[in-house]
Amino acid sequence: MAHAAQVGLQDATSPIMEELVIFHDHALMIIFLICFLVLYALFLTLTTKLTNTSISDAQEMETIWTILPAIILILIALPSLRILYLTDEINDPSFTIKSIGHQWYWTYEYTDYGGLIFNSYMLPPLFLEPGDLRLLDVDNRVVLPVEAPVRMMITSQDVLHSWTVPSLGLKTDAIPGRLNQTTFTATRPGVYYGQCSEICGANHSFMPIVLELIPLKIFEMGPVFTL
Amino acid sequence: MLDVEAQEPPKGKWSTPPFDPRFPNQNQTRNCYQNFLDYHRCLKTRTRRGKSTQPCEYYFRVYHSLCPSSWVESWNEQIKNGTFAGKI
Repeated sequence: MAHAAQVGLQDATSPIMEELVIFHDHALMIIFLICFLVLYALFLTLTTKLTNTSISDAQEMETIWTILPAIILILIALPSLRILYLTDEINDPSFTIKSIGHQWYWTYEYTDYGGLIFNSYMLPPLFLEPGDLRLLDVDNRVVLPVEAPVRMMITSQDVLHSWTVPSLGLKTDAIPGRLNQTTFTATRPGVYYGQCSEICGANHSFMPIVLELIPLKIFEMGPVFTL
Repeated sequence: MLDVEAQEPPKGKWSTPPFDPRFPNQNQTRNCYQNFLDYHRCLKTRTRRGKSTQPCEYYFRVYHSLCPSSWVESWNEQIKNGTFAGKI
C-alpha cells in the first residue's frame, strides 16, 4: 500500500506492474537528461558575455534538433505501446470474478462454481480497530489466489466508477450497461488497497477496494467453493 | 433453469470461460449477452426436437460466469413477461 510521504510507485505485485515501474524509470531518465541539458544551455546563454548577431541558415543544427527529439519520442512510444498490448493479453484465466460498482460500495460475485455474492463497504472510522487503515479498510475483502491468472469483469449499476489496484497495475472503468474485462496474475501474497478512481458522487472517496491474495491451496479451502 | 452446483468440477481442476476469439477486446458486454442468447436458443431447439439439453450447460456456465447476476435477473424477468428484446 501507499505510505506517508511516498515518492514513486507502490511495489509491484504483478508482472504488468513490474513492466510499468521499469517504463516509468525509463521515461524519467529521459526527462532528467532533457531537463539538465536545457538548464545547462539556459545557464550558458544567460551567463555568456558574447553576443551573436550573424548566424542564419544553420541547416545542420536545424536537422539535428528536429531528428533527435523524434528519436527520443520513438524511444518512449515503443515500450509504452508494448506494455499497452501486454495489459490487453488474456492468458487463459483460471478464475472469473465480477466487480460491480454501486453508489457507494463494490459488489463482488464469484459465480464460476457456487454463487458467492457479497458487498464490500468501507469500515466507518468509529468501527476501526487499532491497526486498521482509516478510509481504506473494508468489511469484506476480495480474496483471490496468487500465481493464478484471474479475469475481472467490471461493470456498474448506477454511475461511472473505476476499479483500481495500483500495485497490480490495474485501473478499469466501471460503466453502467457495459462489461469491461481485465486480467492479472499476482506474484506474492498480501493485502492490497485501491480506491474508486472515477468521481462518482458524494461518497466517491469512501468506497475503497481491498484485495487479499493468498496461496491457491488455502484459497481452495475458502468459502468460494464450500458455500 | 440448470443447477449450478451439479456442475462443480472435481477439486483442483479449475474451469472458467476460456478466451473467446469472437470477443478479443476489453468490452465483453456482447460475450455475456451472446452466451445468454445461445443458451436459450439451444434450450428451445433441443427441447423442440426432444433431445437432451445437457450440451446447453456450456453456454449456461459461460454466461453465469461472465454476466453480472442483476443483468441475468432482469433478462429472465423480461423473458417471463414476453418483453425480452433478443431473438430466441
